[in-house]
Parts: sequence; structure tokens; C-alpha cells
Amino acid sequence: MVEARALPRRTNPRLWLAGGWLLVILLAAIFAPLVAPHDPLAQDLMLERLPPFWVTGAEPGYWLGTDSLGRDLLSRLIYGGRIAFAVAFAAAIAACLVGSALGLVAGYFGGWADRIVSRIVDIWMAFPPVLFAILLVAVLGTGLSSVIIAIAVIDWTRFCRVVRAEAMSQARMDYVENARIAGFGRLDIMLREVLPNVLPTIIALLSLEMGIAVIVEAILSFVNLSISTDDPTWGGMIAEGRLSIHQAWWVLVFPLIMLILTVLSFSQFGEGLKSRFDPVLR
Amino acid sequence: MSAPCLEIEGLSATLANGVRVLRSVSLTVEPGEVRALVGESGAGKSMIGKAVLGVLPPSIRVVEGRIALEGTELGKLAPRASRALIGARTALIPQDPLTALNPSRRIGPQMTDRLVKILGWDGTKADQRIRKLLDDVRIREPDRVLRSYPHELSGGMRQRVLIAAAFAAEPRLIVADEPTTALDVTVQKQILRLIVELQREHGTAILFVTHDLGVVAKISQKVTVLYAGKVVEQADTAALFASPQHPYTRALMAATPRYTDPMASLRPVDEAVLAGLSAEIATADRNWKPNARGSGHD
Repeated sequence: MVEARALPRRTNPRLWLAGGWLLVILLAAIFAPLVAPHDPLAQDLMLERLPPFWVTGAEPGYWLGTDSLGRDLLSRLIYGGRIAFAVAFAAAIAACLVGSALGLVAGYFGGWADRIVSRIVDIWMAFPPVLFAILLVAVLGTGLSSVIIAIAVIDWTRFCRVVRAEAMSQARMDYVENARIAGFGRLDIMLREVLPNVLPTIIALLSLEMGIAVIVEAILSFVNLSISTDDPTWGGMIAEGRLSIHQAWWVLVFPLIMLILTVLSFSQFGEGLKSRFDPVLR
Repeated sequence: MSAPCLEIEGLSATLANGVRVLRSVSLTVEPGEVRALVGESGAGKSMIGKAVLGVLPPSIRVVEGRIALEGTELGKLAPRASRALIGARTALIPQDPLTALNPSRRIGPQMTDRLVKILGWDGTKADQRIRKLLDDVRIREPDRVLRSYPHELSGGMRQRVLIAAAFAAEPRLIVADEPTTALDVTVQKQILRLIVELQREHGTAILFVTHDLGVVAKISQKVTVLYAGKVVEQADTAALFASPQHPYTRALMAATPRYTDPMASLRPVDEAVLAGLSAEIATADRNWKPNARGSGHD
């Protein structure tokens, strides 16, 4: 057996780029009132469909232009980030807690616990997720908390399946058997031996799920089922931009770019974190 | 005379489909004695070890027989009490040092956990104990090792750590499940020597599971030869090597490579011997009825 030394830590550009972008958006969202140049809701029909700054006809102070009601796009994007991040964090964490707990129990204990949890997951996944979300929000009524609940209710299965599989393979490891021989209780072993080994996966999944939550929120606001139409959301902006794509492409393109970059960053950030947290890959 | 350290009597186990994996196995390990358990892959050697330690996979059921640790029959205890007894009196030196340590926890806490949390030792005492044993297994930098994650150590180092951990709680019985199989040949000898040395020093009884007759000859006082879950022959090690009684044992010995004459002795176990054994076992299985006093420990 060769002496397996830890490789010298390399900086991971993926992790830093993705993390950097997320941090910028997060800070902008938190300090939106200070950062945003304009009131995101202020309409000014004199300033409608101003182009972004590098196009002729741009108005100083409206960096990314305005939409068909003369609202500042940059400010709306920043405020939209608030909602996107609130949904991303709350929904992903809720889904993660429920899904991981059930998955861990099912995977480690097996037997009846596993059978029950797995059947529920199977049934859950038979619903088309987006329709399920739309249905849920329609029932719960629109609003921030409904969107969060809908996403958590739909997506806990993602955590449950992955964590279950991971916990199952960990439960077969010799160190789990060793702990059993030593006399440790099952719950003890699950939390102390199995959970830390599943944690890197959970973290990667959590970040990925945040990206998915952003998408789902955008879809729901695109079909006008998210929060009130007055509040700026990226999905809502895309929906509005679609109507004026021929007159003002920027109204559609900028929120789309935000959405793509943010979702991509979440998934890359998760992958980066996973390799950072995993003692074997580290 | 005091009770044997480990007594297994008429132990039979089956798979869920009723196929027998252990066939009325009986063996004893006296205090301070090393008993080797030899057989081919799949003979059920490790099964016996797992049964003793109470960690048989759920697919395998013990249908009859009893296992007693120092005179206390495990099957008669409540599951919790039997776990506690196994935890206090036994330890395992596992086959694969790569998977026997938790990859995401440092070595130190993994080694002291059992002493502190199960046996209720004080943290400092446990730490001293572990350091003493790391010294015994010739680990020269205990501080570095205790702070390491398992992947930072070589296979041999990890096996040393596991040996130290097994002896740390002063168990009466250690099950060593092919502890050198996963290691480099050059490391195997050192590890074996360490196990024997610690075994003598602590007076621990060992049930040593192996397929390697060379290892058997070196370390054990008694041998049990197993074929297809059935005990073929039991004897003192010296007597067994001097005059093996059963044809299967003789065939197994003939199949062991020797350094002096490598090619000549490399021949598989004689087909006729195996056929005879299989027929014998098949007849026995046909007449076998699991008896009612099957002990139901997990």
C-alpha cells in the first residue's frame, strides 16, 4: 500500500467564480435599497424602453435600460434577486432537512422504514413536478411562502433518494459494523458514523437545489403564479420581456442572463464545495 | 475449570432461501489461546466470526446452536444485553483496513470513542491508553497519526491502528478476520508478528480466520478446518501439520505453495476429495431438520 498523502490544495476556479458571483448577487439583494439606482416599481412613461448604456439613445443612470413601463431594469433585477434568493435558501433548506432525514433513516435502517419511505417517494415522483407546483400554488394561494412550500414539498424527494442510496452504501462499510460490535446504538451510529460521510453529498445537493428553486420560482412567476405581479421577479420580467422582444430585447435578455448565471453558479458551487468537504477527495 | 472464552455448539445458519451456510459448527476457544479457522473462500469462516460478534447480515439466520462468551449464552440474553456483553468482551481486527476506519473522522476520536462512550473511561485515561498501544504497534508519531484522517495513512499503518484499537479495551476475545489478506506481502509478516506479540502480552484469546495455512502454522495453537460450513477436522496445530487426519486437510496442505519447491506443490485440491465431501454434506443436509431450540440472536 503506497503512502497516500493528501495532495497539495489547489485553488479551484470553479468554486471561486461561482461563489463570487453568488456573493455579489446575494450582497446586492440584501442591500438592494442602497444599491439599486432607482425604485424598481417607479414607472415613468417618458422613459419607456430605454436601451442599455452602450446603445445610442440610452439615458445616463439607467445602465441596463428600462422596460415598457419605464421601470429601471437594473433595479428590478436587484430586487428580483431578493426574491430569488429568499426562495432558493428557504425552499432548498426545507427540502433538504425533510428529504435528508427521511433518506438517512431509510438508507441506514432499511427494512420497514426503507419500504415506507421508498414507496412514498415513488408515488411523489409520479407527479410531473411543474404541474404539481402550479397546482400547489393554486391551492395555497400566491405569495412568497406558498412558493417556498410548493418547492420544498415537491423537491424533498431529490434529497431523499440520493441520501438514501448514499447511506445504504455507507451502512455496509466495515466501520459501521465495527461501531456496532463496540456496542454503539443504531441512532448513534447513524448520526456519528454515517451522516458525516453523507454530508458532502448533501451540501452539493443543497446548492444544486437552490439553483433548481430559482428556476422553479422563475417558472411560477413566468406563469404569474408566484407573488403579486407588482413585485419584480426574474421570471415575471422574462414574461414581460417576451411581449416586447422586437422593440426592446434587453427586457428579456438581462433577467435571462441573471437566471442562467445564478443557476449555473449554484450547481458549480455545490460541486466545488463537495470536493472541498470530502476528506478523501480533498 | 473455568468456562471457555468462546464456546460454539452445533451452530447452523441458513440463507433466506433455506440453503445452509453453517452446518452444526462446534468449536471452543480457551482463554489466551489462538484458534485458527481455516477454509477456502465461502467456507463460512467469516460467518462464524460475524455470528460471534452479533453482526451477521440480515439475510442469514441462525437456526440452531448456541454461542457462549465466557459461559454466558448470547442467545439467552436480551438483544441489548447481548450487545453490551459483546461490546465489553470482544473486538474485531477486520480484513480490510481501508473500509474499517471512518474516512471522515480523525483517527484519535475513532480510537477513543469506544473507551469513553461505551466503557465510560475518562478522556485522559483513554488517550494515554491509546498512545501506549500505538507505541506497542510501533507507531512512532502518535500525535500525527491521531490527528490524521484514515486516507492519510498507508494500509499497514491503518491495520496497526486497528490492532491497537482492538486491544485497547482489553477484550477477552478478538476475532481476527483475515487481517493480513488486504496487505502487501512485505507488511503481512510485521502485522502478524504484532498480533502475536500483543496477544501474548495481553493474554487475549483469538479466533483467527484465515485461508493461509502458513499463517496458521505460525500463530495458532489449535486449528479448525472448515469446508462448506462444516467442520472437517479440529486438532492441535502441531498435530494437524504432523499428521492431518482428513483427506480434505491433506489436500489443502498439498495445495499450499512452498518457497522451496514452488511449482511442484501447486496443485488444486483433489476433485475426488471434494466430491466425497460434497456427497457427505448432501446426505447430511437431506436428513437435517433444524431443531426447535434455535436461538434467535441477531
